[in-house]
Amino acid sequence: MEKKVLYLLNMGKLFDELSKDYRFKEGFKTCINCGTCTAICPAAEFYKYDPRKILDIVQRKDDDEILALLKSETIWYCGECMSCMTRCPRKNAAGLVIMALRNLSAKLGYFTCSEKGRQLYPLTKVLTGNILKLGYCVHPDTYKYEDHPESGPVFKWVLDNKEEVYGRLGANYGRQGTGALRVIPKEDLDELQAIFDETGATERIDFVEKCSEQKAREMGMTMEEYGKYTFEHCSRGHFNDE
Amino acid sequence: MIYQGKQKIWSDYQKEIPDNHWFYVRSCIRQSFFPASEHYFLKICRDLLDRDIYESAHHTTCGGIAYHCDTIPQETAMTIVARQFALMTEAGYENLVTSCITSFGNYTEILETWREFPELEARVREHLWKSCRREFRKPVYLAHASDLVYKLRDEIAARARFSLVDKETGEPLKIVEHIGCHYSKMFPHKGVGGAEYPCVLSGMAEAWGGKVIDYPERRHCCGFGFRQYLVKANRGYSMSNTYKKFESMEPYHPDVIITNCPGCPFFLDRWQYVISEQEGKTYGPDGHGIPVLTYEELAGLVLGFDPWDLGLQVHQVGPEPLLDKMGIPYDPSAKYNGLDRKKLMTPGLPAVLKCC
Repeated sequence: MEKKVLYLLNMGKLFDELSKDYRFKEGFKTCINCGTCTAICPAAEFYKYDPRKILDIVQRKDDDEILALLKSETIWYCGECMSCMTRCPRKNAAGLVIMALRNLSAKLGYFTCSEKGRQLYPLTKVLTGNILKLGYCVHPDTYKYEDHPESGPVFKWVLDNKEEVYGRLGANYGRQGTGALRVIPKEDLDELQAIFDETGATERIDFVEKCSEQKAREMGMTMEEYGKYTFEHCSRGHFNDE
Repeated sequence: MIYQGKQKIWSDYQKEIPDNHWFYVRSCIRQSFFPASEHYFLKICRDLLDRDIYESAHHTTCGGIAYHCDTIPQETAMTIVARQFALMTEAGYENLVTSCITSFGNYTEILETWREFPELEARVREHLWKSCRREFRKPVYLAHASDLVYKLRDEIAARARFSLVDKETGEPLKIVEHIGCHYSKMFPHKGVGGAEYPCVLSGMAEAWGGKVIDYPERRHCCGFGFRQYLVKANRGYSMSNTYKKFESMEPYHPDVIITNCPGCPFFLDRWQYVISEQEGKTYGPDGHGIPVLTYEELAGLVLGFDPWDLGLQVHQVGPEPLLDKMGIPYDPSAKYNGLDRKKLMTPGLPAVLKCC
């Protein structure tokens, strides 16, 4: 009985949290379950992923089901290409709803419950590290060829000869001023750090790290091992043909 | 502009693009993989066509990739963009042009969200003031750099030294155009031709003499998928999408693919290399791939700039078959030179894909 009361008290709370996200407000109207989003979705063709079902679950406002989504693999399968947004006859955007679900999963720490969710750790470390240290999301100085063999021998050549190649191609690599790959001045990096502090990104980075440390302990791994494992390991069962 | 009659019906597919005075923001990915494209965008617009394009040394990433990898909150991404708007305002500009499609989509989404939820814009203004002591005006016009080159396509054609025509047969080259998803799939009315008739790249290709191929998976994503490429464990997603596109375009024998997104030219190029290594399959004639170019690289070729100054040597698929067809002269021995023609060690060669 007590359990049921608690359940009723909690019912709709996760939905209410989701509803505060502006991407949810923009991306979720009334879904008629036509399945157009799933038909157009590149991820649905590859992964066990069905945006129609996700919108249907969210629409039911059942917190148990939403909680299961926050802990699931499926919300991490979307590529955020937003092809669904173009085609929905009711102007929903499943991709924006997914972004709101992922945000809530990260905010509440449920992302560590799934293999694909745990990838938030290496992504956060690399991307926010690049932004705060260099002012770029992606930069050749932190792009490791061994992590990207698909970039081919030609990009290994570029990385081995950065100053020569980027210099020849008109970049301002490693220097002050304007131009491609210029050094972003310290005062601008300080402003990015201040934006992160002000808008909750710093808190988010710390929280993702803390949750990941706890999960790494549970999995018996050091943080280095955990980072490598989450970046590289893919279990069976994610794909449609498995 | 007020449209009437048929013009009104088609007005949703039009995009007003001011002719001059732009504040330019760069792309993290394009700087790393195709820096010469940004260099030649500025060179063509400023030096050749006499347009005013301003760049501030203080602009940074827009945070778009981190945002779409779900690593930063929405208000963080918005405040970083608000700071770029502040730099534009401080420099005295009101038109903003982005090099990156992810940025273009990000900026568009932010402006649309603020239009719908003004309280959020007010909060971001407060964040920006508290963190950076800056204020901003929103851009009057927002464009992607390909919009601007589309606008200038006839001026480029008038100065062309080469055209997209096979010099042996006199036939137009067969062009595949691939438009980045975040250009007009999210907000169709913000792109030239919308999501249904996007002509930003086909307009350039046709103005420069080429013939555009329509193939079944023309509008399918290249497969970047943000976290689906950046995390090693997920890259099968990225390659599968590219594979699907190549299988679909193969029967039409394209001579070249042009793109306007940062990731697409990289993935469409590099996954051809990986498919060739894994499957032994190549999509161009005689073991070559299909060259994948940025629209600036294509514009640069048409205008007669040196292919190696344009950076075509940093693609894994060799551009030589395309250059030969267009009749563009090049020095093979200079392909892998460094600064001031310094000879560098040449890159290793793929096992299957012919690169020159």
